[in-house]
Amino acid sequence: MNAPEPSPLPAHVSLASGLQQTFTLAWRTLLQIRHNPWELGDFSIQPILFLLLFLFVFGGAIAGSTEDYLHFMLPGVIVMNMMFVTVYVGHGLNTDLTKGVFDRLRALPIARWAPLAGRILADLVKQAWSILLLLAVGFLLGFRLGTSISALLLMSLLVLTMALAVSWVMVLVGVISRDPEHVQLFGFTALFPITFVSNVFVPVDTMPGWLTLAVSLNPVSSLADASRGLLTGGPVLQPALWSLGWALAITVVFAPLSLRALNRRLGRS
Amino acid sequence: MTDHWIIAEGLVKRFGNTMAVSGVDLKVRPGTVLGMLGPNGSGKTTTVRMLATLLKPDAGHAAVGGYDIRTQPHQVRQLIGLTGQYASVDEKLTGRENLVLIGRLLGLSRSMAKQRATELLAQFQLEDAAHKAAKAYSGGMRRRLDLAASLVGRPGILFLDEPTTGLDPRARLNLWTLIHELVRQGTTVLLTTQYLEEADHLADDIIVIDRGRVIASGTPDQLKARVGAQTLAVKAGREVDLPAIIELISELVSGAAEVEGLQVSAPAASPDLLPAVVRRLDAAGIVPAELMLRGPSLDDVFLSLTGRHAEADSDAETTREPPR
Repeated sequence: MNAPEPSPLPAHVSLASGLQQTFTLAWRTLLQIRHNPWELGDFSIQPILFLLLFLFVFGGAIAGSTEDYLHFMLPGVIVMNMMFVTVYVGHGLNTDLTKGVFDRLRALPIARWAPLAGRILADLVKQAWSILLLLAVGFLLGFRLGTSISALLLMSLLVLTMALAVSWVMVLVGVISRDPEHVQLFGFTALFPITFVSNVFVPVDTMPGWLTLAVSLNPVSSLADASRGLLTGGPVLQPALWSLGWALAITVVFAPLSLRALNRRLGRS
Repeated sequence: MTDHWIIAEGLVKRFGNTMAVSGVDLKVRPGTVLGMLGPNGSGKTTTVRMLATLLKPDAGHAAVGGYDIRTQPHQVRQLIGLTGQYASVDEKLTGRENLVLIGRLLGLSRSMAKQRATELLAQFQLEDAAHKAAKAYSGGMRRRLDLAASLVGRPGILFLDEPTTGLDPRARLNLWTLIHELVRQGTTVLLTTQYLEEADHLADDIIVIDRGRVIASGTPDQLKARVGAQTLAVKAGREVDLPAIIELISELVSGAAEVEGLQVSAPAASPDLLPAVVRRLDAAGIVPAELMLRGPSLDDVFLSLTGRHAEADSDAETTREPPR
């Protein structure tokens, strides 16, 4: 353990090692849940509560019957919950930055992108779990798939794609927030209006004209529409293309912004 | 390849308008410990962060293990371990999981990583807490886990940034023993500290750093000699012994004894003083409550080198929180 090896040390991390490190770091994030079961409750129980609450409190008033309403809202609730779960990316990243874990990782000979990639990968696993859970509860409550299994898988893929894009926004929030509590504050404050000024719970045609524009431009609405089409039948192509366009635009804008903010924060401390 | 495993020349780091490090030179010989001594905000942490490839210097250059920190950071990272106020473990994982995680990241197989974690937990007396979340650890356990985490890859070069700040004396002593053992096995160490006593205890060479500059360097003994004498203090066990103790010490140091309560102290210019006092006390049949030789503190060093007390430069300190 004394001398630096006489043969020169490798100058770079191979892609395979980088991916291995990403999986290890994603595993670490998921392992945290085992010791903090409340976190699991956060992204498991909360969406179910939302589902039940809106279904039984508003269902009758909005759609006439809870069964009709369930078919309208379940795809939307899946989208809404996806938006909320992305906050974990920012929260976890900020915790690593403020507690010094990020520096510990950066001082290791691992791929520079692995810590962030691992965090986002772990988030996608949480997202997949949430979708699965909401679908399972939905089916228990009487939801019937109007399309096919492949359409359902396509819906999941589309939602995960948007989750990936929105994660970049949350990376930015995680980097610029002073502490994890502020991440939650900023994250949810931004997400609440975006998710509720949408067609997740109420059809657009019931809203005043000025709101219609905002709602139909909202990426949450296009994604909810596309998900509805893929789960219960109806138009898919147009809202799906809008969703993908939004996902691309969000990524193109926020990925560079987030990385720049991260590098600036790391260079400042 | 090189006579020194850590070499820095003219390292500079600015944060906005603040010069955190303004031209630090240092060298660490293989298998030795360099103590970097300075108050809060003097630029110690920033220097270590540059050498550990976490920060890019604005000027100057440095090599660790013969590799340039600027152009060959990945090679440097394969040689170093870092333990600091900031380089920390995941509080939500157990001690064991933290060590396994790092082993896996360093490319060890699952079973190798587990085996290495077991070894380190034993070496750092953390076996009982191995399955507890790190956030439940005491300060001393936490530092031991931090240190263990930086040793998973058996680095030959170790950066220890204030490894014992905030620990109680027993935990500090415990950590010193562990660090000693690492050095005995051949690890090269750059240690930062605010305690002269710590640098004295652990370091082969010391540099004193103030406001981002090296203001003195030498062996601990040279430095202490520059600062001045140690202080001998004897505390009487009973009040009736006090006059005899005062008389005896005044005689030995020719009159310069100071009395405070039951304690008599005097500058100990010669190393013969302590044994002489012990012999005289014994001959007089006096059993003191306390008898100690106190070395100069960082504050004494600072006062003699700069004429100032060692206080933190509040705005130059780099904490884990970026200034905003």
